[in-house]
Amino acid sequence: MASITLENLTKSYGDTEVLHHVHGQIEDGEFIVVVGPSGCGKSTLLRMIAGLETITGGQVHIGDRVVNDLEPAQRDIAMVFQNYALYPHMTVRENMAYGLKIRKFSKAEIEARVREAAEILEIGDYLDRKPRQLSGGQRQRVAMGRAIVRHPKVFLFDEPLSNLDAKLRVQMRLEIRKLQKRLGVTSIYVTHDQVEAMTLGDRLMVLNKGYVEQFGSPIELYSRPASVFVAGFIGSPAMNFLPAHAEGGRLTLENGAVIASTTAASGPVTLGIRPEHLVADSQGPIRLAVDVLEQLGANTLVHGVLAGTRTDLTASLEGVRDIPGGQELAFSAPPEALHVFDRATGQRVGD
Amino acid sequence: MVENRRWIDILTHVVLIVGIAIVALPIWITFVAASHDAVRMTQAPLPLLPGGHFWENFTATLFGSGLSGTEIAPVWRMLLNSLAMALMIAVGKIAISIISAFAIVYFRFPFRMGFFWLIFITLMLPVEVRILPTFEVVADLGMLNSYVGLSLPLIASATATFMFRQVFLTIPDELLESARVDGAGPLRFFWDILVPLSRTNIAALFVILFIYGWNQYLWPLLITTDTSMTTIVISIKQMLEAAEQTPQWNIIMMTALLAMLPPIVVVITMQKLFVKGLTETEK
Repeated sequence: MASITLENLTKSYGDTEVLHHVHGQIEDGEFIVVVGPSGCGKSTLLRMIAGLETITGGQVHIGDRVVNDLEPAQRDIAMVFQNYALYPHMTVRENMAYGLKIRKFSKAEIEARVREAAEILEIGDYLDRKPRQLSGGQRQRVAMGRAIVRHPKVFLFDEPLSNLDAKLRVQMRLEIRKLQKRLGVTSIYVTHDQVEAMTLGDRLMVLNKGYVEQFGSPIELYSRPASVFVAGFIGSPAMNFLPAHAEGGRLTLENGAVIASTTAASGPVTLGIRPEHLVADSQGPIRLAVDVLEQLGANTLVHGVLAGTRTDLTASLEGVRDIPGGQELAFSAPPEALHVFDRATGQRVGD
Repeated sequence: MVENRRWIDILTHVVLIVGIAIVALPIWITFVAASHDAVRMTQAPLPLLPGGHFWENFTATLFGSGLSGTEIAPVWRMLLNSLAMALMIAVGKIAISIISAFAIVYFRFPFRMGFFWLIFITLMLPVEVRILPTFEVVADLGMLNSYVGLSLPLIASATATFMFRQVFLTIPDELLESARVDGAGPLRFFWDILVPLSRTNIAALFVILFIYGWNQYLWPLLITTDTSMTTIVISIKQMLEAAEQTPQWNIIMMTALLAMLPPIVVVITMQKLFVKGLTETEK
């Protein structure tokens, strides 16, 4: 068990800096999810912590050691790879035992640890099979088993579920969460899937183009996104963004509609409203010209534009609705559901 | 083909049988010739059916002096020489090329690609081209008439290095990383992961290289002057030119048959791995 400190971490390839001054304090036993679109540097960050990439600047502490110059094996970490990276010529048992064998554990100790991990992950029945005889979900378990047997201080997960089908992914997601709670090992998990991030993490680190956009609990990110990027990335369906002009707490939309708010910002802003926070209200100021509907059963997503403009707007209504295209719906939004961002910088302003 | 017509089946079989007959005929004639006595082989027409002297010729060739009235080594000795040379060439080539491919693929050192191209360029310099300087070197090192002299100059192999490089490139990087996280150093990774994963490729290469080594003609001819070091392939030619007498076809053909055997044994025993090594893609 150990805490991890990332101190001013940077990574460059030649002259191109791909990670910029990443800071972060990860507590002992915490489950951190690093999330961002592809190419944002999240895997690079994980691999720097693992020791598979060199660190250009800054420091990584695991526990009270600076591990910058240590080999991955010396950092006391275990990693689960996206494509599992199981040794194809070894049985499940040999795969899990390999790291222990290299560390010269006794035969009895290896056997005990493999049994223990196999029991936790329910893979005891196929210890003598080769990876190619296993399904994707089973391989995933073996890959986690290989991490568990080492009793490392830190688990690192590099998009471990992205090769699984949707149903299995949901199931494995829960299992990873339970497993981490049970073992209490500090974990860092990289994914591009925001649902996975929201459901798994104690805290989320949102990365964009190598910058940390926000680092906080899922609910914090959902209810108080620090930037347009985080606001658009977290939450499904994605937040609506409307250009607006703020003055004296009032927000004027492109089509002239005025929304009351508590914002202290003034000047050109971007107004963010989540589709699920739009309340149908025939007197409401926000008018939506309906284009298409998406029926999800429990609710209906209404896609269209802000009336009189070409700005996309989506609302989420409960239950099954049947609204003809071209019709206009009116909505209002409670002041606490309005997110105001500076139009130029995209940063949250005004509260 | 999805066509399921009887005459097409018959036609394909006829074509195949004719093809096999054409390929097999020389081997059949060799076998027939090896089973007659010397006198019958000098008479026309050539026999097309086996005679009754097969085992007689067999023991005479293998354990006797072989050809009467000449001073060449017994055939078993030459088989042994060939076997030693072919094995040393095959094993040596595989060992050296797998190590160089390992270095080129997995280590970052200055001029890495330069070395790779250097190795690759040697493809343009087969034994025949560099035979004089090579002979000079081998002679100066006192390796004439020795197994080392027979095999060492043929051991360096750009083709095998290139092939192992391609095999290693198909092994996902994550396996290396996962081994690093597990604490395996470069040598452990090589022995525990790379070699087992290249097993089928090693087998395929072994078959090809063994036959390559077995069939060497020019080089052994050049550096073996001692008759006890001649290889079987050379000896067949020598038997034909044996001093001032009619070729003893029965013995010569028996020698040819014996010379064919080891490559056949190697191909048959390693056939499965051989095919796998050339076709298997899953890593």
